[in-house]
Amino acid sequence: MNLDVQGMLKVFDAIGETMAAHKEYLTELDSAIGDADHGINMNRGFHKVHDKLSAGSYTDLGALFKDVGMTLMGNVGGASGPLYGTFFMRMSTKLAGRQDVDTVSLADAMEEGLKGIVALGKAQLQDKTMVDALTPAVEALKKASDNGVDLCGALEAGVAAAQSGMESTIPLVARKGRASYLGERSAGHQDPGATSIYLILSTILRSVKESS
Amino acid sequence: MNAILVVSHSAEAARGIVAIASQMAGERVGIAACGGTDDGELGTSVPSILSALEGLLETSDGVLVIPDLGSAVLAARTAKDLLGERAGRVLIADGPVLEGTLMASVEASVGAGLDRLAAVVDETRGLRKLQE
Repeated sequence: MNLDVQGMLKVFDAIGETMAAHKEYLTELDSAIGDADHGINMNRGFHKVHDKLSAGSYTDLGALFKDVGMTLMGNVGGASGPLYGTFFMRMSTKLAGRQDVDTVSLADAMEEGLKGIVALGKAQLQDKTMVDALTPAVEALKKASDNGVDLCGALEAGVAAAQSGMESTIPLVARKGRASYLGERSAGHQDPGATSIYLILSTILRSVKESS
Repeated sequence: MNAILVVSHSAEAARGIVAIASQMAGERVGIAACGGTDDGELGTSVPSILSALEGLLETSDGVLVIPDLGSAVLAARTAKDLLGERAGRVLIADGPVLEGTLMASVEASVGAGLDRLAAVVDETRGLRKLQE
């Protein structure tokens, strides 16, 4: 099945609920190696996304993703604002004019979003950032796309890859962002940004499963 | 003449720094403050930085952005990218936000270019307050 505009609105509502439910958890992860605001910021940002999307009416996914991106950029507050904002804005350029997404178009859009995050944050793999979860997830989606896997199967592979990417950040020493100020002391903690990537992807999967 | 935009996580901090710098540099230099999220929480907002940049660019040759912390740098860089062709008239500086803004404002008032302004901000890193 494909994910249409109505389905995508449900996805973002579900992401908002996930962020509200995991606000304390993400903030706790961030208090170990950052400035203890990731959960609060993500919850605030996606709450605003919910308000923005509820007030709008959308016929194309490009406009929907652009509003998500700009809302996050103005309301998240920390570094995640520009990073997640750029992710969804860059996805919107690939989704412009589309009424729905399948595996191929979602993988393509997410690859574009990842490029935006990397260009802005300049993080590489194993820097202990969101890129460590997002890169393998995008690779899994691209592989599923090449193999003609349906959206559900592709997202399952993407979520599994994001989960192992997220867990792989635990022993790493941070080389980007606030956590890098801690040097060796950042090792032994799971990266909050990689965790929010995993939470978002697993919510998309759950939402797609529920509506199929 | 070039203008200056102070980007802080706090709207009050940005405004306070701009107030001090404006008094030193005089009214000829455009110095603007941008801080807080769209709801006025602590943080930075890309759309608000973007509109501040657009405003300053209308009346100046270029804008030097002076951010307070790393995430303000990311927000400033994102806003700059959204300017399209005008992005070439914006430069982001790296250095102490208060001292850097003061020195760069004075330098801007005598017509210095953006590269020079950014260098001045960087140099304020070594300023000492206690004289031995």
